[in-house]
Amino acid sequence: MPISAEARVLRIRNLTSCYGKITALENVSLHVWENEIVSIIGANGAGKTTLVNTISGIITPTRGSIVLNGKNITRKGPEDIVEMGLTQIPEGRQIFNSLSVIDNLRLGAYLRYRKGKAKEIHADLDEIYSIFPILKERRSQKAGTLSGGEQQMVAIARGLMARPSLLVLDEPSLGLAPRITAEIIEVISGLKKKGITILLIEQNARAALSISDRSYVIETGNVLVEGEGRVLLTDGDVKRAYLGRDYREFWE
Amino acid sequence: MRMYNRRYEKLIRQDIEQVQLERLQSTFTRAFKNIPFYQNEMKTKNVVPSEIASVSDISKFGFTTRDDLGYNYPYGLFAVPLRDIVRINSTSGIAGKPTVVGYTKNDLGVWVELLSRLYYASGITADDILQISFVFGLANWGRGMAAAAENIEASVIPMSFLNPEKEIMIMTDYKTTCLVSTPSHALHLAGLLSELGVDPEKLSLERAILVSEPMSPEMRSRIGEGLGVRVSSGYGIPEVMGPGIAYECAEGRLHIAEDHFIAEIIDPRTGQPVPEGQSGELVITTITTKAYPLIRFRTGDITRFIPDEACPCGRTMRAIEPPADRADDALSIRGVKIYPSQIERIIGAALGEVVPYVIVVHKVRELDELDILVEEVESLFSDEIKILERMIAKIKDDLWEILGIRANIKLVEHVTMKEVKGEHGVIMKNHKMKE
Repeated sequence: MPISAEARVLRIRNLTSCYGKITALENVSLHVWENEIVSIIGANGAGKTTLVNTISGIITPTRGSIVLNGKNITRKGPEDIVEMGLTQIPEGRQIFNSLSVIDNLRLGAYLRYRKGKAKEIHADLDEIYSIFPILKERRSQKAGTLSGGEQQMVAIARGLMARPSLLVLDEPSLGLAPRITAEIIEVISGLKKKGITILLIEQNARAALSISDRSYVIETGNVLVEGEGRVLLTDGDVKRAYLGRDYREFWE
Repeated sequence: MRMYNRRYEKLIRQDIEQVQLERLQSTFTRAFKNIPFYQNEMKTKNVVPSEIASVSDISKFGFTTRDDLGYNYPYGLFAVPLRDIVRINSTSGIAGKPTVVGYTKNDLGVWVELLSRLYYASGITADDILQISFVFGLANWGRGMAAAAENIEASVIPMSFLNPEKEIMIMTDYKTTCLVSTPSHALHLAGLLSELGVDPEKLSLERAILVSEPMSPEMRSRIGEGLGVRVSSGYGIPEVMGPGIAYECAEGRLHIAEDHFIAEIIDPRTGQPVPEGQSGELVITTITTKAYPLIRFRTGDITRFIPDEACPCGRTMRAIEPPADRADDALSIRGVKIYPSQIERIIGAALGEVVPYVIVVHKVRELDELDILVEEVESLFSDEIKILERMIAKIKDDLWEILGIRANIKLVEHVTMKEVKGEHGVIMKNHKMKE
């Protein structure tokens, strides 16, 4: 059997998640291959955040399987999943405002620090600063005093400090001005060039699609369509629902 | 080995299944949401899209037939608003109404991708000069083949409906390297070459990509020799997008584009899957088509899966044998599929009643000819010859307009099967005709 060049990072089959009696996610299957940017787009309440939280172990699914790097993580807790290589950058950034930028970054490497890899972590900080030069300038500043865009960079950088095999970004553009959003999207696209594999959850469909290798559109808990990012930019359903065209004008 | 889409054409089985499952689930979700026909089908079978947990769960759903396509004429099976449709192709349906297939812009992109894979698999490069030649009834296929050839930057000689002698002149003068056509037409051209005294060695022609008709190994080698070319083929159906469902690699295997289609092989009588490797009817489910998704569509073509083993060409997609038979009574006239019921409907409409008739398909210089012998029953009788002539002309015109084929219509006083059997070819009669 010929072996394909790509390693398989994430493989999800038939994932269903409920809040009590309400099914928020139904029979969702998706995959992320090595060094891909895969995005999940959908309207508010479509099930995007439920999906991320199920993947990272915060919500336990009622059905389905999640395999990360060939290991089943379906019913594992978030702390185990992080250790197995998945890091989530939560919605709303959730950085430690009263700590300095550098301390925030170090906390991202907490698990590795406990394993006695302090030297390695130090080297990683230089790497991070090369991706985010602004954070080097601000490294002693309290994170809470940074602008929204810079805080998002801290959150992403903190995630990278764990050296994840899959970086999951939940709504990184939330609450950011359009210009700053563009900057963050640029940063994410740059991470791919560094060899990082990314699962991006975004409400800003156009921005997400423009940098995604592939994308899944979810609606009321189901995957409606999957395809290449640039292809979905011209997909009628996607345009109607997420790219800000008037819905009515399309159906006669 | 050159491959148009290395990433997908070489996927390992586990990944193909993952991709198929994801796309199948979203296809069902969209079909259930947007197409009342599939919604009803699912409701009567008491199944919902979320029951698809593996590719094999597809068998919980019923089949879609050509009749279903006819009943939903014209736009009943479209899954997107008309606004999103950029191309509409009609093919003659069997339920009296044409089958209307719509494509979104992205569907056309998939079509181009699949045909580009076919060209790569056949060894076509940007250096090739392609001559695309299809009969009127297959114009849509020609259009797709031309678009994909341009996509891979090959040169395309515009398709027009030339007479074969002109085609050979163009082939010689334009230095065509590849002929894209049907097997019967290629065979006709091969015969013409020797008649005209053109030495195939002197032509630049190297390859022939022949689609839309079954091609026997014997026919294939005759074409290969007669034109001095390497012959390859592709498989498709007009209800999906023409050739491109499967394409032949250098090893002579027809690989199915499994990242776009799910293929099943069933027993046409029971509808149950046949044991692995046995022949049966090919059933196709589209999993990336947006405008016109088909779920478990019965193609009517008989084939079998080639046993799963690594193909030396490197493609991991499953392969089928080139379909040679039909599960139904469709006739292939120069690559155009025709059902006797379609012909009967046209005769009935023109004459005001269905009279005994015989359809004879035979070959004249390698090209299919369709003769229809209509019995001149008493009720048709008129002392004005003009009236009869008008009836015949109407049948002829309708066959051309509706089915895109030309036929010879003969009124006969009395004909029995015995007499017709003297001629060669496929013979079909309707129930009113005596043995």
